[in-house]
Amino acid sequence: MEYYLLIPFLPLAAFFINILLGRKILKTASHWISTLAVFGSMVIAYITVAGVIKGNTINADLYTWITSGSDFRVSVGFLIDQLTAVMLVVVTTVSFLVHVYSIGYMHGEDGYYRFFAFLSLFTFSMLMLIMSNNLLQLYFGWEAVGLCSYFLIGFYYEKKSAADAGKKAFVVNRFGDFGFGLGVIIVFLTLGTLHYLPVFEGIGGLQEKTLNIFGAQVDLITVIALLLFCGAVGKSAQVPLHVWLPDAMEGPTPVSALIHAATMVTAGVFMVARLNPIFNLSPFAMAVVAIVGGITALFAATIALVQNDIKRVVAYSTVSQLGYMMIACGVGAYSAGIFHLYTHAFFKALLFLAAGSVMHAMAGELDMQKMGGLRKYLPVTYWTMLIASFSIAGFPPLAGFFSKDEILWLAFNGGSVGKVAWGMGAVAAVLTAFYSFRLIYVTFHGKFRGTEEQRHHLHESPKVMTVPLIILCVGAIASGWIGIPQLLGDVVGLHHSNWFAHFMEPVLGHPDVHASHSTEWAVMALSIAIAVTGWLVAVWFYLRDPGIPRRLAKEHPFIYKLLWNKYYVDELYDVIIVRASKGVAKHIMVGLTDSQIIEGIVNGVPRAIGWFSEQLRKLQTGVTHRYASIMAAGLFLAFVLMFIKLWS
Amino acid sequence: MELGYPILSTVIFLPIIGGLLLLLISRANESVIKWGALAVSIVTFVVSLPLFTNFDKTTHLMQFTEGGPHKWIAAWNIHYYVGVDGISVLFVLLSTLITILCILISWNSIKDKVKEFYIALLMIEGSMIGVFCSLDFFLFYIFWEAMLIPMFLLIGVWGGPRRVYSAIKFFLYTLVGSVLMLVGIIVLYKQAQTFNILEMMSRSYPYKLQLMLFWAFFAAFAVKVPMFPVHTWLPDAHTEAPTAGSVILAAILIKMGAYGFLRFSIPMFPDAAKAMMPVMLGLSVVAIIYGGIICLAQTDLKRLIAYSSVSHMGFVTLGIFAFNSQGVEGGILQMINHGIVTGALFLCVGVIYDRTHSRVIADYGGLATPLPVYAGFFLVFTLASIGLPSMNGFIGEFLIILGGFKASKLVGVLAATGVIIGAAYMLWLYQNVFFTEVNDKVKDLKDMNGREILTLLPLLILVFWIGVYPNSFLSFMHVSVSHLLEKVNYGASADMNLAQIFIDLIR
Repeated sequence: MEYYLLIPFLPLAAFFINILLGRKILKTASHWISTLAVFGSMVIAYITVAGVIKGNTINADLYTWITSGSDFRVSVGFLIDQLTAVMLVVVTTVSFLVHVYSIGYMHGEDGYYRFFAFLSLFTFSMLMLIMSNNLLQLYFGWEAVGLCSYFLIGFYYEKKSAADAGKKAFVVNRFGDFGFGLGVIIVFLTLGTLHYLPVFEGIGGLQEKTLNIFGAQVDLITVIALLLFCGAVGKSAQVPLHVWLPDAMEGPTPVSALIHAATMVTAGVFMVARLNPIFNLSPFAMAVVAIVGGITALFAATIALVQNDIKRVVAYSTVSQLGYMMIACGVGAYSAGIFHLYTHAFFKALLFLAAGSVMHAMAGELDMQKMGGLRKYLPVTYWTMLIASFSIAGFPPLAGFFSKDEILWLAFNGGSVGKVAWGMGAVAAVLTAFYSFRLIYVTFHGKFRGTEEQRHHLHESPKVMTVPLIILCVGAIASGWIGIPQLLGDVVGLHHSNWFAHFMEPVLGHPDVHASHSTEWAVMALSIAIAVTGWLVAVWFYLRDPGIPRRLAKEHPFIYKLLWNKYYVDELYDVIIVRASKGVAKHIMVGLTDSQIIEGIVNGVPRAIGWFSEQLRKLQTGVTHRYASIMAAGLFLAFVLMFIKLWS
Repeated sequence: MELGYPILSTVIFLPIIGGLLLLLISRANESVIKWGALAVSIVTFVVSLPLFTNFDKTTHLMQFTEGGPHKWIAAWNIHYYVGVDGISVLFVLLSTLITILCILISWNSIKDKVKEFYIALLMIEGSMIGVFCSLDFFLFYIFWEAMLIPMFLLIGVWGGPRRVYSAIKFFLYTLVGSVLMLVGIIVLYKQAQTFNILEMMSRSYPYKLQLMLFWAFFAAFAVKVPMFPVHTWLPDAHTEAPTAGSVILAAILIKMGAYGFLRFSIPMFPDAAKAMMPVMLGLSVVAIIYGGIICLAQTDLKRLIAYSSVSHMGFVTLGIFAFNSQGVEGGILQMINHGIVTGALFLCVGVIYDRTHSRVIADYGGLATPLPVYAGFFLVFTLASIGLPSMNGFIGEFLIILGGFKASKLVGVLAATGVIIGAAYMLWLYQNVFFTEVNDKVKDLKDMNGREILTLLPLLILVFWIGVYPNSFLSFMHVSVSHLLEKVNYGASADMNLAQIFIDLIR
């Protein structure tokens, strides 16, 4: 057996052990099984990644999964190249840290074993997704992570809102997967295979080919790319399928950190990057990706400005950052997108886990307006979260600066579409800095606004939770240093300072940039200025003059309400999709077609026969003189007919 | 493949003889009757296993055949002739397995007329297997109709409050369809002078005759499937039937319709079938979407699962009439899958119905807390029904949508919407039964016992077996399906437009 198979299958084994033995035998010991399994995965993953850095990529089939007819054949197989390597590092590392953190955070919860079982199952599914060498196994991982997300969002299933949120996440994602599945089918029907490498070799041959859709001739590759992108829109919570992610915050916070920030939601970005040979051949699809990314980045950032639920702010910031990654993919800067995915995993997981630490101290309180002044009670949480905020806001030399700056710079150079996306990204960057520091200042500064009981309970989290925070904090600071732009590298005399982009080049290529150094300096300076502006406004609004936000909300009630209600997208979907389909089901199908029309005919035929017999029966009255008169009338008629016949 | 003994006759008649032997046992000895029935079903299953292990996957010819030249009623050229090929063999195995589970699930829930119940169950088993094995039309028709009687009794005697209405509806619906098929069989006999199905298949019939016979057979098969719009007997029958009845209905009985299309309509009337492809695909898509959306308005557990069957069987007929290998193989696999998953879901409903005697969804809620093991089983079958990859439903649905898309893009796209709707209603059901606050009515219920776990475990294993390694089942079909498709696509000249076909038909 190949050693790399242990990477996904160790967590799978842990899942089986925990789900079968956890409830009655292991109980609180179940975290050992899961945590050790993911630790093993992580170590083996690092060894594998070291091999990839040396140039040993792997592409091997395990067994033939489905055979149908003479032409359909797809395997379970693994492709481990540079892109997979980065994802392996992100997934196993964050997953391991979240496992450790959960030991503290989930302590004493009902269903402790169930939590760790599904965490393991998730890790397995995510690893199958990123390590797949074909589209169908990717689809398997894709659905399986969605399923784990469903379980874990609905972990507190007795709460209706949690159960609803899990279901919503699953069903909304199905809308995206609908397109994704069709895309996979068209790939097979046109290329005869679903394995990445032959697909990438064959896709060039489809150029200029068109597909007839209701009479219109549409470029085939564009159709394929856009259908596949539908899946990414669902999974990576892009507009218009972003609605599930904020609700997903009903799940326990470690889940939000792992699944809804660092790993699963980035699967869409990963998929677009993985399939870059397809996307590259369709400029239109690329433009759609960039613009959807830009809109999402801006849209989610505006909503984050006014939310008071600490986790929802971070959730909207995740949606917004995923938008940045899509912008990068859309302008062909896949490597920059994956770089941001990688740095984001650290600072966003940190933001969530720190938020969890705050909730832990506040006995589950989520409303930031009831917090305040927490920094003296939770010093480790405060400092790590502050650094994460500087990182996400894009302050040099933290990780977020390098990755976001690279995206904005490459978008700036990405033609007219790129310029538009850059514009949206730049505005969103101001907002990002603002809402990130708003969260910090409202939560940790000022006076404590909670109840006396909550104040009494305030405490820093145990070591098992703070140590993962500190480790992630190191990532939030330093993980970007493997991708320092050459421009800065030259200043300090580093050749190939953007090691990351070089590493990814064999898989993701790199966009051509024809711009002067002075432009690059200017764009970079602008990025920094943007971050500083957002920060200063937050300082002014929430530290200097805390009355401003309330005044603004009062003066512009329409805008405030619009943002507070998230542009009423949920309400819109509720009316046009949920209620509409339930209404059709209840009033038209059950109420009319089934019960009236079809059943009407089914019960109507025997009834009609019955009615007919009933009428016939009336003839048999048993009254003799009536029979006689009918007979006479019949005879008369017969004679008349006979005479007519004779005379004519 | 031949064995040294008549395996198919054994599998057909063992349950029937076993059922007759139960007659000899005194009514008072309930446990002897139950154990006897269980023993018969287990022995039948074990005897049927060589069909799985010794099946020759390299030929499309009938295997394990018996009684070819032996005339049964010489005057009309009627034979006792049985055999299986890659299309039918898996259904025999599914039937023998499902019967065991039906007996296990009824163990404590049937308290009235126990003896008759198990006799009826075994009679159904024998005749179901007979349907899948018959290679003589006369024999086929006998089994086809014979099955109706014990099934009618099962619903009508051991059913719920509206059992008589449902049983009669079920009976009349299927009988009307069957009568038209009988006329078709007689017409075929006039042409071929034999009831031997293989001989009938080897002939070719004039196009107009094919069309008329196709629709005559359609009446019988469409009702059984059931296809839209002749599906309304199914929700009633399922809802009122006892658990075992629902399971057999869902797992085996409604498969016979789709099996009929595959075994008779398509190979005997290939030109007509090909010409009717648009109609059949259209009806299938309607069934998928209609059957799915209507689930959203159901308040009764069994009724919801019954309507979901309409939707899933829509996938099956869609795959079959896509006329390409992915579609047909997916269709056959999906028949097996639906048998496993929907059968299991009805078994699950039976488990909880035994405790609460309620099928109303609103009577439940929060069931996952008092019954975690049960919640786990139900969850797996729910997810399999939704078609989650690594479970059996995905393989079938994916192949069918692929085949459907190959046949017609619009059909593929519309069928794929069924996947969204399926997730919506099944998760809605699961949430309302198992999540949210624990309903007071269910908070003291006991979790599944060993017998119930044993009943569901084989199906759980099959769900993952087919999902992870479907080739051990798909490999049975490859040769038979490609032979079937050669027949349909060989010189299929019926590229006429639909209007012309209808005009021809009316003349």
